[in-house]
Amino acid sequence: MFTTFDFLQIIIFVGLLIGLTPIMGNYMYKVFTGEKHLMSAPLGWFERLTYKLVGVNSTEETNWKSYAFGLLLFNLIGFLFVFLLQLTQAFLPLNPTNLPNVSWHSAFNTAASFMTNTNWQGYSGETTMSYLVQMLALTVQNFVSAATGIAVLIALARGLSRKTTDKLGNFWVDLTRSTLYVLLPLSILLAVIFVSQGVIQNFDTYQTAHTLQGAQQVIPMGPVASQESIKLLGTNGGGFFNSNSSHPFENPTPLSNLLQMLAIFLIPAGLTFMYGKMVGSKRHGWTIFTVMLILFFAGLAISLYGEYSANPIFGHSALMEGKETRFGITHSVLYSVVTTDASCGAVNAMHDSLSPLAGMVAMVNMMLGEVIFGGVGAGLYGMVVFIILTVFIAGLMVGRTPEYLGKKVERFEVTMAIIANVITSFSILLFTAWAATSALGLSSLNNAGPHGFSEILYAFDSGTGNNGSAFAGLNANTVFYNLTIGFAMLIGRFGVIIPILAIAGSMAKKKITPVSAGTFQTNNWLFIALLIGVILIVGGLTYFPALSLGPIVEHLLMNNGITF
Amino acid sequence: MTTKSNKSIFNKKLLARAAKDSLTKLNPVSLIKNPVIFIVGIGAFLTTIIVFIGIFQGAYSSFNLQISIWLWFTVLFANFSEAIAEGRGKAQAESLRKNRTQTVARKMVGDKETEVLAPDLRKGDIVVCEVNDIIPSDGEVIEGIASVDESAITGESAPVIRESGGDRSAVTGGTKVLSDRILIRISADAGDTFMDRMIALVEGAKRQKTPNEIALTILLSGLTIIFLLAVVTLPAFFGYSLTASGISLSHNLSIPVLIALLVCLIPTTIGGLLSAIGISGMDRLIQRNVIATSGRAIEAAGDVDVLLLDKTGTITLGNRMATDFIPAEGVTVEELADAAQLSSLSDETPEGRSIVILAKEKFNIRGRDITNLHATFIPFTAQSRMSGVDLKTPEGKVHQIRKGSSEAIRTFVQENNGIFSQKVIDTVSDLARQGATPLVVAEDNKVLGVIHLKDIVKGGIKQRFAELRQMGIRTVMITGDNSLTAAAIAAEAGVDDFMAEATPEDKLRRIREEQEKGYLVGMIGDGTNDAPALAQADVGIAMNSGTQAAREAGNMVDLDSNPTKLIEVVEVGKQLLMTRGALTTFSIANDVAKYFAIIPAISIALYAGSNGQGPLSALNIMKLGSPESAILSAIIFNALIIIALIPLALKGVPYRPISANRALAKNLFIYGLGGLVAPFVGIKIIDLLINL
Repeated sequence: MFTTFDFLQIIIFVGLLIGLTPIMGNYMYKVFTGEKHLMSAPLGWFERLTYKLVGVNSTEETNWKSYAFGLLLFNLIGFLFVFLLQLTQAFLPLNPTNLPNVSWHSAFNTAASFMTNTNWQGYSGETTMSYLVQMLALTVQNFVSAATGIAVLIALARGLSRKTTDKLGNFWVDLTRSTLYVLLPLSILLAVIFVSQGVIQNFDTYQTAHTLQGAQQVIPMGPVASQESIKLLGTNGGGFFNSNSSHPFENPTPLSNLLQMLAIFLIPAGLTFMYGKMVGSKRHGWTIFTVMLILFFAGLAISLYGEYSANPIFGHSALMEGKETRFGITHSVLYSVVTTDASCGAVNAMHDSLSPLAGMVAMVNMMLGEVIFGGVGAGLYGMVVFIILTVFIAGLMVGRTPEYLGKKVERFEVTMAIIANVITSFSILLFTAWAATSALGLSSLNNAGPHGFSEILYAFDSGTGNNGSAFAGLNANTVFYNLTIGFAMLIGRFGVIIPILAIAGSMAKKKITPVSAGTFQTNNWLFIALLIGVILIVGGLTYFPALSLGPIVEHLLMNNGITF
Repeated sequence: MTTKSNKSIFNKKLLARAAKDSLTKLNPVSLIKNPVIFIVGIGAFLTTIIVFIGIFQGAYSSFNLQISIWLWFTVLFANFSEAIAEGRGKAQAESLRKNRTQTVARKMVGDKETEVLAPDLRKGDIVVCEVNDIIPSDGEVIEGIASVDESAITGESAPVIRESGGDRSAVTGGTKVLSDRILIRISADAGDTFMDRMIALVEGAKRQKTPNEIALTILLSGLTIIFLLAVVTLPAFFGYSLTASGISLSHNLSIPVLIALLVCLIPTTIGGLLSAIGISGMDRLIQRNVIATSGRAIEAAGDVDVLLLDKTGTITLGNRMATDFIPAEGVTVEELADAAQLSSLSDETPEGRSIVILAKEKFNIRGRDITNLHATFIPFTAQSRMSGVDLKTPEGKVHQIRKGSSEAIRTFVQENNGIFSQKVIDTVSDLARQGATPLVVAEDNKVLGVIHLKDIVKGGIKQRFAELRQMGIRTVMITGDNSLTAAAIAAEAGVDDFMAEATPEDKLRRIREEQEKGYLVGMIGDGTNDAPALAQADVGIAMNSGTQAAREAGNMVDLDSNPTKLIEVVEVGKQLLMTRGALTTFSIANDVAKYFAIIPAISIALYAGSNGQGPLSALNIMKLGSPESAILSAIIFNALIIIALIPLALKGVPYRPISANRALAKNLFIYGLGGLVAPFVGIKIIDLLINL
């Protein structure tokens, strides 16, 4: 039964989120506009030292192409580092359990996955990756992939707020600041709280325990808390353990669970506020926040309905399969919606076991392009793609060339926004079609019928959306899936980042038309309704046939008493 | 235009030609210009081939044939909409051509006249035109004055004056000299004259896609690609589901069904009507007697934030009118009125006449026999800045009555040893502050009083400006008056701002300043002085009566030379963009219903139980008769909606001057919500008809 208590917990979660949004937003605004802030005294020297060591002139700003080039170069280096470290981990220190080198295709997949902030894990963490790889490769990518996302958003906000310039800022500065001032302090703070709740943080060898039945059980250990906090704050989602946040060492208490969900939304929500302030309209920031919140509630409501409604096969009890009794249904569903909204991919329940409708919500959240709060930076810049399309389609109806924040939306911006949109559909649909028709794809399935189809669809959806959560029924650690999902992640990440930076560059060059009564407003309820409409119709309708053959038909079949 | 066309959009001749043209437009070379419709064309072609293959293999499918027919109709309807929009322009172009006769020009070489054919004239040639000559080409009057019949281009039969030197020096090829003799320097080569451009323009021959239209085409193409991906991958997903349901893969979706789904999903409605909307936008301008040199200018007109408007002619009636007589100390108002009337009796300016009328209306002072008064009239000159009358009394004494600006009269009175009293000075500045022009009247050395000359603000103009303000457009009044007067008139007319004592350089500077702040500026002008400002403005409308330089500088020409036209042009631009947005929204919103028609229809067999009805039939919320009728209804609706919306595309969505927010809410309600609901109703009705 869904009780008042469940309801209250959701309200508390959302209340905290709304309260923290302006605080985070203001802080990040100061960080990225170079104002004095809380951390500039204790950490400022470190920032300056970094620039000196790397040889970056922090006052020099670049155009969009150089910004994109710096970003791509940095990501390529990160990718190669993670890739090579996995291939050689057996020869390197901090490997107490003597794990062997990782296969090339799995290493490719994992390198792509962590570089793109996806953290799809085709492998099982505790039996594949040494402590060195987990810390030096994966945890570092957890920070910098998140920082990359934030940097893109900052560049975009600058492009929209500046006029007649081609300068978007300095990628290295934005990267350093987001890592040093935003991600690092928060994850240290959160890690300490997690440790207080019982999350482990050690370098011990795996422990062996004797169960009551007399069996032996190996219990993996490791520096979990430090990876845990950035896993959530950076909307990464790659767990230290395969069972991710349903593992008691990752997520031990109801409080840690609440904090985890908050940590996932904290930065993406704060960024909406910061964005509004940067582009000169806090109200616009809140408008975007509201759109995200409405879509979040809609998904949550459908998921809760799916989970709590009567399952004709098992009578009228809500299903606990794949869920932790510690968290119960509401918190499992809430977590699943939060994590798929935010391109995080951390899970505290098995999404494969969700009811068809809740599973569909998770998929739709990802198909919409991870724009409901979304990945750090990525969610909001993905949302701006939809805003540009909305402004263009509906803006014409006020009888002017469409404008966004005073900037005319013209051929170039429309082209880029459409490319970002086409490219993600391309990746999800074509890869799914390939997997659904080839023996390579079908041999990995654990489930039959529409559910099997959902598993494939979910995998490419999650990869392209840079989410990283899995339906888990699928054995994805094969050459086929490692490569296809690996490419889906790369396409889904850079196929959006580059058009966005191009838009930022082109917008920066334009003049800003001052607001008048003839201006199409992007900060009122009408716009909220419009934007939601465009997100659902343009972003979602493409997938309606695929969804109807997956979760929708599964839901209808379940009501007829057939499951898979 | 020779015919100021208010005729209905459709007439039989036009429809017949459009129907014929829509067939010739099936040519792939012209079809590919419209990517969305081109895709439909390919689909139609493929289904037709499949139908024929079926016939040869003895497996004729009437369902496939019907799909193929309706796909062809979709393409034809889209072509038809374009053809009918173009057809109206073609009809106008024909009537223009009739006026362009093969004229023989009288070219001047030195002092000698030689006859050459008009097309052989080159830029810089000098020709002479006399009574009943057709002016051979565009040019500038360099000598003489003539009255010209310009009805061939303006449709206005009253002759206009064209003279060298001033702001009325431009003449247009094809117009006719009615009196006198003028020398013209030709300013356009053959084929590039105003008339040529106008014909090309209304015919749509030179029509290029405007920036916004291109951007929209890209958006529509992008959506087409996305839906193409969705449809192309569907057989793979479907095949999986068939296998899972234990059905043979040979039951996978047929190509005609996939094409039908694709055509339903891609934005064919707006894709089909897009060019008709653009052409008819241009057409609406032409109907208002405005010629735009590019479609870009019309779009820019919709975006204009600031309008620079000349006071005279736009905001006020051209003439000032006397409304009051204010006597000086010791003078009765009748004495003043009498003197004012005397001084104005032969003053043929509108101001002068209004003084005579006021004197008659207020004090019943009638016209007098001028010769009996032994009066000599002193006309206004730029030096004296006064006019008036000298009266010879029977004693032979001469009384000088003068009216003029206060400075001029002050000098005049003081030269005659008179006094210009403080009260008069006060009255004068008082009137100026009210936006009026004070005219002081004096007799010899005595100031009699002041005439109140008032600028008359046009009726309804204040309302017009209020509407513009609601649309977010600022109006700036430009006047040569001093700032006191200008401020008063600006307040009365309700403009947002004014520029007093404005020189052409001031105008140019003001436009640059506004553009610097990010505003788009529109202005209307006529003189050579205005040319730089017209060129600088985003929308510059030159009056046809103006100089050639002004006409070249602007991006539109108003054939009626009516300064308020600027406001109408803005409205046409806004309406054009609104129509595009409304139909795009409508088209995209349509997709929801089509999914609900087609998806359950194609997947009825999947995971079916004993009754043969798969679970996805639950999505058949419209309760359509059969899978075939559902698909056909969707595609028939998709085709018919194009035809149904042609009148809207041609006329434009109803336009009212309201704020962006209200316009959006209104259009969103009609075309967004309407677009969501209409196809549910339409498809259901068609399905019922099919299953009768």
